[in-house]
Amino acid sequence: MDAADQKRLLREMLFARRFEERCAEAYHERKIGGFLHLYPGQEACAIGVLEAARPGHDYVITGYRDHVHAIKAGVPAREVMAELYGKETGSSRGRGGSMHIFDPDYNFMGGYALVGGPFPLAAGLAKGIKMKGTDQISICFLGEGANNQGTFHETMNMAKIWNLPVLFVCENNHYGIGTADYRCTAVTDQYKRAAAYSIESSQHDGQDIETVMEAARKAVDHVRSGQGPYFLELLTYRLRGHSMSDSGAYRSKEEVEQWARRDPVLLYKNKLVERGVISEDDYQAMEKSVLDEIENDIIKFAEESPEPRVEDLGKYVLVEGGCK
Amino acid sequence: MSEMMYWQAIQRAHDEELARDPLVFAMGEDIGVAGGTYKATQGLYAKYGPERIIDTPISENSYTGIGIGASMIGCRPIIEIMSVNFAWLAMDQIINVAAKVHYMSGGRIKAPVVVRMPGGTAHQLGAQHSARMEKVFMGVSGLRVVTPRDPRDAYGLLKSAVRCDDPVVIIEHELMYNMKGEVPDEEYFTPLEGAEVIRPGKDVSLFGYNISVHWALEAAEFLAKHHNIDCEVVDLRALKPLDRAAIKTSVAKTHRAIVVEEDEAPCGVGSEVIAIINEEAFFELDAAPVRIHAADVPIPYNHKLEKAAIPNASQVVHAVLRMLGK
Repeated sequence: MDAADQKRLLREMLFARRFEERCAEAYHERKIGGFLHLYPGQEACAIGVLEAARPGHDYVITGYRDHVHAIKAGVPAREVMAELYGKETGSSRGRGGSMHIFDPDYNFMGGYALVGGPFPLAAGLAKGIKMKGTDQISICFLGEGANNQGTFHETMNMAKIWNLPVLFVCENNHYGIGTADYRCTAVTDQYKRAAAYSIESSQHDGQDIETVMEAARKAVDHVRSGQGPYFLELLTYRLRGHSMSDSGAYRSKEEVEQWARRDPVLLYKNKLVERGVISEDDYQAMEKSVLDEIENDIIKFAEESPEPRVEDLGKYVLVEGGCK
Repeated sequence: MSEMMYWQAIQRAHDEELARDPLVFAMGEDIGVAGGTYKATQGLYAKYGPERIIDTPISENSYTGIGIGASMIGCRPIIEIMSVNFAWLAMDQIINVAAKVHYMSGGRIKAPVVVRMPGGTAHQLGAQHSARMEKVFMGVSGLRVVTPRDPRDAYGLLKSAVRCDDPVVIIEHELMYNMKGEVPDEEYFTPLEGAEVIRPGKDVSLFGYNISVHWALEAAEFLAKHHNIDCEVVDLRALKPLDRAAIKTSVAKTHRAIVVEEDEAPCGVGSEVIAIINEEAFFELDAAPVRIHAADVPIPYNHKLEKAAIPNASQVVHAVLRMLGK
């Protein structure tokens, strides 16, 4: 990867971080409502995996912590923000909100708010790919907490017996809402659970984006070359609480600090500084440009966009003219 | 026209749609090599192979979700759930995803999936194989729900459902798969909306769907022959969306209404139809509308008790006579 690409990747991670932090501010300003689950700490997972795949071409599906996956898949960040603001210009026309970002223009097939729900949908996208005979793959991001749902086990079984082109990416941040994995999961090494269904699987550091990309490339190649599903487990951590209403008090200060030292954005920045790809000044300038873009383009767009019309409340329940 | 059985009509609709569009596929338990519990896919595995006639594991929620996922990118899956009782297990995917994804994506994603299932009470199958679930599905925004009463509709509704961009739930009936009836030889589509007056009459409107239409018809014939009472029988057919106009029109004509449903009464088809009559045809009424319905019990195994739990034509006859003061 050349210097320009490394810089671009760092900017994408930094952008994801600042985007999410700005969401938290907008939430406190009551510009964003509902539930808001933010991504700081896990940036290397979505960005690293999709960097190794073909975002916009491959299908991507995920859970409720979905903003960064959507943006990396190609969904314009201003439309993601407008969606959080509940605006008509949002990626789901203001009908979905934070947990339901969709954009079929980029094959981003959605964020879903029922834990484990996307597993079968991801396998279904893979089945559709097989029916159409394209070279796409289906990529499903979910946390380790989802793996205790029946859908995990049912879907692993069917994905394997039907050899579906689906990559499961388990972002193991060690907490299902406020409950630590070891307190509710018999086998906490998630890749071993997928292996029980004879699915190729592996576990990696999810804080180092280069490690993630390398592992993801192998996994993507496996799936795209027709060898069936792959289960990629990335060990990571969310630096914030589960959602805006969660302070994360169930975690020790030491634990959070220990993971904060392996902040994926800083980790990569330090690597690039060491390599001489960027200087501290470059990084400051990058940060300034990110903040400027978020404030003057993205937030501005969301603020100035119209809300949906109340007259359109019943629109989209059924497909207009879709059924004779 | 040829005479065929209900299951044969469904099998023919599958076959024609599979032949027409390579993105149509069917999936469900035992539908492939075994040919389907009620034979709805018999012979199709040999013709279309395992990628299009898919035997699934016994994992209702997830295989239904796989069908929904495939439908979101343009496939036209026909999911068979062996019995409505097992559809409870698939509710998360049907209700939380199929019914909502078009709305919550602001109209950007469609889920044109068809979910077929036999409903109703058959012969001594016990509480967990005798459910009726139409009221559950008809209470969900974003779904279409249809109930074929004969082979012609079983064929025509499935054909229409496969080509519809909305998720469609088709509730067939366990006791009807061997029913015979005329089906046009040429391709035929039953509309997914709209009730049908299948026996015009002037004295009382009898509203039914699926098997209960047959109880209503039987009662109407009896009443005509023995009591000179002329009942109008309306097959609601589409339970979601319900044909409010047809309900109103019939009540405006007869001024009396009885709804016949196989399910328990609370929050059911009868409640809904009578609410519509109250809202739209209250001043047409000459008598309070009545529900004929199942007992509010899990269906018992014992044959006598089972029979007592489920409504029948004679209950309809008595209700009509009572309503007319005879």
